[in-house]
This record gives sequence, C-alpha cells and structure tokens, in this order.
Amino acid sequence: MKDVKCECGHVNPHGTVLCEACGKVFDEESKDKSLLDMRYEGSARRSQTYNKSIVDKIWNFFSSVKVGVWLIVITLVASAAGTILPQEMYIPPTMPAEEYYEDQYGWFGKLYYELGFNNLYSSWWYLVLIAMIGISLVICSLDRVVPLYKALKAQRVTRHEGFLKRQRIFGTSENVDEQDIAAVKQRLMAKRYYVREENGDLLAEKGRFSRWGPYVNHVGLIIFLIGGMLRFVPGMYIDKVLWLREGETKVVPETDGQYYVANEKFILENYDKDKDKTFEAAIDRAGMVVKNYQTNAVLYKRVGPAIPGEKPELEKVKEHKIRVNQPLKFEKFALYQVDYKLDELNTMSFSLTNKTSGETFGDIKINLYDPKPKYDLENGYHVEVLSFFPDFEFSKNGEPTTKSRIPNNPAFVFKMTSPEVPNGETSFVAIQQTIEPLGDNQYKMAFKGIETKNVTALTVRKDLTIWIIILGGILFMIGVMQGAYWNHRRIWVQNKNGEIWIAAHTNKNWYGLKREIDSVLSETKINIPNDQIQSEKLDKEGV
Amino acid sequence: MKKRRLIMRTTILFVLAAAVAYTLYANLTKENRMKVEVGKQAPDFVLVDMEGEKHKLSDYKGQGVFLNFWGTWCKPCEAEMPYINNQYNHYKDKGVQVLAVNVSESELSVNRFAERKELDFPIVIDTDGQVQAAYGIDPLPATFLIDEDGKVVKYHTGTLTESTVREFMEKIKP
Repeated sequence: MKDVKCECGHVNPHGTVLCEACGKVFDEESKDKSLLDMRYEGSARRSQTYNKSIVDKIWNFFSSVKVGVWLIVITLVASAAGTILPQEMYIPPTMPAEEYYEDQYGWFGKLYYELGFNNLYSSWWYLVLIAMIGISLVICSLDRVVPLYKALKAQRVTRHEGFLKRQRIFGTSENVDEQDIAAVKQRLMAKRYYVREENGDLLAEKGRFSRWGPYVNHVGLIIFLIGGMLRFVPGMYIDKVLWLREGETKVVPETDGQYYVANEKFILENYDKDKDKTFEAAIDRAGMVVKNYQTNAVLYKRVGPAIPGEKPELEKVKEHKIRVNQPLKFEKFALYQVDYKLDELNTMSFSLTNKTSGETFGDIKINLYDPKPKYDLENGYHVEVLSFFPDFEFSKNGEPTTKSRIPNNPAFVFKMTSPEVPNGETSFVAIQQTIEPLGDNQYKMAFKGIETKNVTALTVRKDLTIWIIILGGILFMIGVMQGAYWNHRRIWVQNKNGEIWIAAHTNKNWYGLKREIDSVLSETKINIPNDQIQSEKLDKEGV
Repeated sequence: MKKRRLIMRTTILFVLAAAVAYTLYANLTKENRMKVEVGKQAPDFVLVDMEGEKHKLSDYKGQGVFLNFWGTWCKPCEAEMPYINNQYNHYKDKGVQVLAVNVSESELSVNRFAERKELDFPIVIDTDGQVQAAYGIDPLPATFLIDEDGKVVKYHTGTLTESTVREFMEKIKP
C-alpha cells in the first residue's frame, strides 16, 4: 500500500479521498460530482483497503457502522423478547422454573424456557451481543477519530480550487480590495472565529471541538460498560437481602462476620386523615397510604477474632433509623429498607383445660422459635411437646409435616398429664383444629392468644462501580452537548485567478452559517456566496 | 507503518477480547462460585451439639470430616439421614467423623427428629446462621468432605444414596 503524495506536497495515507492539507480531490468518483462528501474530511477512514490478515478482517468487521447498527437492532429485539414472560428471578418460588413456565403459559412457556429466555439478560449470548456492541463502539470510534483528527490538523489555509468549488456554499467576486479582506477578517474575529492567514488567503474556523462530541460520548459509553463489567468482579458489587425479626441480631452478609445488625423495632405508619387534613380527600380516595417504613437498627462490630459459630463479642457502632432512602451506612456498605412482614407469629399461649368442667390448670406460653420439650404446671399437671411443626401441612401420605422452619402455621402434638390421667393424653393442635388421635380426652389445650413480631427486610448493598458508571454517564452527556450545541464552521476566503473565492462548510445548521456569512460580508464588495443545494429538504448532512 | 498498525490492532483486539472473556467467565461462574472451594482449607467453626459438647472443626485434624448441612423440613435431607447414620457407625472407628449442622431450627425440632430417626452422630445447630454464611449454603442438603489436613475434598448438594455415602467416607478415611 502506498501513501498518496498530493501536488501540494502533503503525503496522505492510502485511501484518502481529499488531500488532508489542500483538499484536492483524489477520488475519481468524486471528481465528477459538483459537491463533495465532506464526511470525516474525506480521510482514509476504516482503511477498507487493508484487508490482509485475519486481524485486519476482524477489525474491519467491527469498524463498520452497518454492523454496529445491526448489533444494536438484534440486541433491542432480544431485550424485548426477554420482557414477554417474566424472568426467572421474578417468578414465585412455589415450583421449579422448569414446570412453572409450562404450567403458566403452556407450550409457549415451555419453548421460552427451553430457549433459555427465562434468564435472558445473563445468558452468554446476550452478554456476547453487548460485548460486541462495546467492541464495535471502540473500533468504529478509533477508526474515525484518528484520521479525522489528523486531517483537521493537517489542513492548510490555501485550498485547492476543486475543493473550494465543490463546497456547498461557494461564490466568487471580482475587484475586491484589500481593505474589504481586512474588514472581513476583523468581523470574523469579532464573531470568535480563529482566523489563519497565508499569502493573503484566509481560513476562519470555529467550534472544531464540536467534532469530538460523538467520540467523547462513546468514551462515556465505554466507561459505562466497563462499570457494568466490574460488577462481575468479586467484591465490587453486593446486593443481598437480610430478613430480621424484631429483637434479632444477625451477621451482615459479605462482611466476613465483622458486622452484625439488630432490629430493635420495625414501624409502619400510615397517613392519618384526622391529623393531616390536607390529604383527607386523597386518603378517602386511595384508602390506606403508608407514610413511613422504618427499622430502628443497631450496628455492631465484632471484637476479636471470628470463628463462625462462636458467640460473638460485639461492640456497638451506631444506632440508625433506617427509612426508605435513608440507609444505615458503614464502610462501603449501606443497609436499605426494602421489605417487611407484619405480625409474624412469635409465641402462642394455651391453657390446660378440663373439657367438661372448663376449669383451667395453668397457662403455657410457647416461644415458636424455641419451644421447650416440657412445661410444668405444678400440682401434678404438666404438658409435653411431642412434636412441633412450625409450618404445618399434611404430606402426601397423610402425615403431618412442616414446609419450612418459619412458624407460619404452627401445629403441636401435646401430651397432657394430670393426676386423673397420669399416663397422659395425646392431642394434636393446629390453628383452629384439634385432633385427638387416641380417643376422647378429658383435657384440652385451649388456645389463649398469640404474640407477634414484625420482620424487616434490609438490602445489603455495596457498589464500588457506581462512580465509574456516573462518570460514564456524565461524559456521555458532555459528548452529546458538545456535538449538539456547537457547530464546526469554516469559511475560506481565497485569491484564485485574480478573483476572491468564498467557500464555507459546517457540520450542521447551514442556515446559521449563511446568516453569519451575510453579516460578515455586508457593506463589502464581496458577493454573498450561493448555497449550491437550494432545496431545504436536503439540509441534513450530518457528522 | 504496516507492521505498527498490525501490532496496534492486535493489541487493542486482544485487550477487548480479554475483557469480554473475563466478563463472560465471571458471569457464568457466579452461580457456582462457592465460598468454600474444593482443595482449599475448610473454614473453621465451633458449634455445640445436643449433648452440650463443643465441636471445633480444627480439633478434628487427622480425621476425615463428613460435614452435612440439613433441616428437618427438607425431604431429601430426611431421606439420606439413615444412610449417613449407618455409615457413621461403620466408619467412626476408622477415623471419619460426621458433623450434621442443622440450619437454625429449634432444639426441640432437632431433638425430636434425631430421636425419631435414631441418629447417633453429633448434631449441632447453627442458630444464627454464621456457619451457613461462612460455607455459603444453599440449597439443602449440602455435604462437604474434609480430609485429615482440613482441606475440602468434595462438595455435594442433593440427596445421597447409601453407596455414595460409603464412597464419600472411603474418600476421606485417613
């Protein structure tokens, strides 16, 4: 591949359409056209011509905007497909995903599951698509910004006739004196143009940095993607849920057993229409409206070495009322209020009662998280707990079992011993249900009451990537503004064949450029140049 | 010039490919990225069994430890318990210890379960979930095989058959 040497002496890379320095047209096709395609300054972008090694082929593939657009379209379609049915993480955990999809959505659900769409956004092919967009972004940008930068840097003031003539805004004038040129130069500078002069020719330029807008934007996007990628690095991003009953102290996950948090109280407050008169109408319409979700939390730090299972020696770090958007923060962690469960059963009370006389012989209070095997009631009465089912149900073969360890539906098998029945009577007691499996009993465990506790759910969050993502977002917006609110305008005022030629180019807002030229050239002998594309609808040349 | 371009492009493509490969690897392994890795030292813990005796994992150096995490409501756990018990009785004199860690249930539930199933091996309750957190337990049942040097030899989740239990014990017999 040979470089192209222009008649002006500048050496251009192979594939260049317009000489970087003087703008002479190299490309045979462009020579026949009345206007030039000014995209990327006619530089040798994406080196379509080099196609030697496999590396070049891969490079050229990703350098294509067409490929980039298709990647985005495919990713959009795939992302949309992921929203047709709920993703696996959002389905209720009542049955395996394998059955759930078919059960709920029939053959389509089955197909959806088998195609792996149930975890679409973390599937390898989806990640590959995102990664390919990222690669395309990097390579497309590099392949364009470098030649563009070089071309804009190498441009000379004096341009080739063919270049000037083929600019969209072009005009010639005769009998112009030097004072006019000087006046034009003054006015251009007053309009904040950077004016360069060479042999009496002028090049006025402003807003070149607008051309870097898209690339700044892409750098932002790439940083954003890197931030997203870093979330997969262990320790960079933690998002866990911790359920805590009132009065409970638990280790904060992912802190290596260093931190513990206690839930002293969970509070749910509603708006009261008697107190907040302002909201009366709204409350009447909407019913209950929650005002506050709050966990009164205490953070502890473990003292001394940690062997899991040992009773930790804790030191209080701080108290905090965790409310929505008011997390408890420590080190890089934050505990957010995320969910709650009111009135979870905590204790149940029963009275040992004679069924016929109704006489009671003492109460027992059972802690559902730690029931005792035997409760003594004096005078020869006692109650044994033979079995305990915190989350009771009958299994398929009719035996009582428990679904979980949470006392959602507690059931007991009691053995009640009394002086009359020294060998005891057996009774199965569940909520609103009593079974006496071994015949009629003289005594029963009469239900007396329950105590409940509220449970809070806290999100344990650590995110070291957020600042990278924010930085990416800010750069993205700076790039958008840079490219959108500024224009790169150039005006050439040149001596050719004893005439004064005026040509101008902008990357957008041609109307603004024309107005600027009108005002600069007013009261001079220079003619206002023509817009060689008169029709408005073609006024959309980009980049 | 041409050579420089090739080096440049190769480098950039290589960096991009490495970033993508790492992301894919990290993402695809995040589900089975265990807290406790096979071949590494098993995290030490101390728990008290139903008889009030302390069990510290590091005290069992020189013996193999069959570490099982279970719950009374978990059907597969229930199914494998008799097998573990049988093999425990067979291997306890051959230097294999069984530790069954219950996941935060009440003493009563655990005792009743152990009585019903006639379990002989020591059962400990991880009341506040510290040991489960240290071992990253989910789902149940989970079994870790720890050799005489305290290294994790194998991690298994799901029901065991009697022959697998035997095979496992054989594996960690010193």
